[in-house]
Amino acid sequence: MSNLIEVRNVSKSFGGVVANRDISLDVPEGRVTGLIGPNGSGKTTLFNSIVGYHPIDEGSIQFEGQEISDMMVPEIARLGMLRTFQQTRIYSKMDCVKNMLISLPHRTEGYSSMFKPYGAETMEKADRLLEFVGLYSKRHLISGDLSFGQQKLLEFAMALMNEPKVLLLDEPTAGINPTLINGLIDRLRRATTELGITLFVIEHNMPVVMNLADNVYCLANGRLLAHGTPDEVQNDERVINAYLGGHLEMEDH
Amino acid sequence: MSIAQQKILLYAVILVLGIGGPLIFPNYTFQISVLWVMILFALTWDILGGQMGYNSLGNIFFFGVGMYTCALVQVGLYTDVSVYTSATGGANLRLTPEEYFIGLGLGAFAGAIVASIFAVIFGWVVFGLRGPYFAIGTLGFTLAAGELVGAWEWVGGGGGIALPVYPGPPDERSLLFNFLCFILAVIAFLTVKWMYAGQFGLAANAIRDDEEKAEAMGIHTLRYKTVGWTIAAFFLGISGAIFGNMVGFIEPLEVAFPTVTFGIFMVVMCLLGGKGTLWGPVVGAALFHIFKEVTWTYMLGWQWVALGALIIILVVFFQQGVMGWLQEKWPSRFGITVDENVVAKKSSEAAQ
Repeated sequence: MSNLIEVRNVSKSFGGVVANRDISLDVPEGRVTGLIGPNGSGKTTLFNSIVGYHPIDEGSIQFEGQEISDMMVPEIARLGMLRTFQQTRIYSKMDCVKNMLISLPHRTEGYSSMFKPYGAETMEKADRLLEFVGLYSKRHLISGDLSFGQQKLLEFAMALMNEPKVLLLDEPTAGINPTLINGLIDRLRRATTELGITLFVIEHNMPVVMNLADNVYCLANGRLLAHGTPDEVQNDERVINAYLGGHLEMEDH
Repeated sequence: MSIAQQKILLYAVILVLGIGGPLIFPNYTFQISVLWVMILFALTWDILGGQMGYNSLGNIFFFGVGMYTCALVQVGLYTDVSVYTSATGGANLRLTPEEYFIGLGLGAFAGAIVASIFAVIFGWVVFGLRGPYFAIGTLGFTLAAGELVGAWEWVGGGGGIALPVYPGPPDERSLLFNFLCFILAVIAFLTVKWMYAGQFGLAANAIRDDEEKAEAMGIHTLRYKTVGWTIAAFFLGISGAIFGNMVGFIEPLEVAFPTVTFGIFMVVMCLLGGKGTLWGPVVGAALFHIFKEVTWTYMLGWQWVALGALIIILVVFFQQGVMGWLQEKWPSRFGITVDENVVAKKSSEAAQ
């Protein structure tokens, strides 16, 4: 089993604030890797570093063996690494189907494909994925009119439309109605098992991480605190101590 | 009557007006020609301004570039440019019809190409800017271009340059240029219609709605912006070439780089008709042209005040424009599905 993403000794600071210090981790292919940590521990900063949103101060980030720490966001996205946003982002004035169509992979397209119309096969794929996330009946609505949870599902479907190799999800269940969370976990799992997409997930909701992830990394104060299977991590003294400060969800489980 | 039939009727009416207009109203031939140029202005401005959310105040630059390039080719093919422009009067380059039309054709083509090249170069510089900075940046280079051309003696400087004399009667001349303006506007319309129907249209709208998301999804945002602007510049270049010849005498500030007239009009026309719609620029240009002719004729002295008032009213009360308003009113006619719950929620919010 190979690693899709390899992060080595990455540090990033903003002014005097160190957001990530000497972090190394691996995201193995075909698995779900979780990233947890209290608020402000540097999880989203690490995501932003990986997808090229800002340059890193030190270290190296490799995707399929290729160094990507000096590449720009769209280039990295076209390699097959996609991220979703904590505050969901969709194209809010377009309907759901159009949101899906423009999310086709842009990996190999040249200038000529800029003016191509969409074929029946693509339309079918968009419909199928909207069906997969349960938005088929709303496919012609303007996406900005959807509820927050539905927008999140749409963003997930758009990411699947792009056929990424790895998908970085920033708190996929935040703001989603608890009754819908199980359905979402099921779909995330199926994305891995059926579509072969590797997942790297930031998640605050402990039961979700424990349910979903094959292995988990925990950050605290910008450093890597613990790593292991979900069971190992949630029983780790240091992790419990780090969370007891602000977050008590560990105890629910 | 079905929608398809209505569309055919609409196109037929436009075709009849386009070809028959100057024959029915021979006194208004020049005004009708300007109307087609205005429609072209609005259509090409909307590629970036409406569909992508990049509000350029400098598109008129490409019009001036096309106009000057064409003039220089037309003159330079048959005489020495610096001798021609330094001679007083200058307006005596008489050519045979064959020479004239070869010069015009090559000049218009060169104007389009040079304008397109400038679009690529300037796009590379200004597409790093967002929102108001982009608008000011584009305005800046257009103002600078007018001044630079005005100081460039080889092309006639601030005094301008006279174009070769049309080898034929004046009526024939105005009909010809009217027809060229009409054809060009139609081709521009068909081109943007085709662009918006495919991936370009969706990518442009994605950039407008959330450019950062579009980048994160791997869309070639810079490529789409550059190609959109280059196509706009291509048409503006040809329109500048034709417009220059239609007027017969060009100079930098009022005719070639008229930032505060045509440069602003193209924005106002899109606002009036509805930004980001296919027909909005066409409707806006037609309504605006009528408004402008009426105020310039009957409110002389106050025409700029009337124009200012129109802009304020549009920006404050009517941001969606005519087509935007029609889409809100009858969404299903435009293929837009609206969630009834959302409509109910919005109207109850509005009521409170």
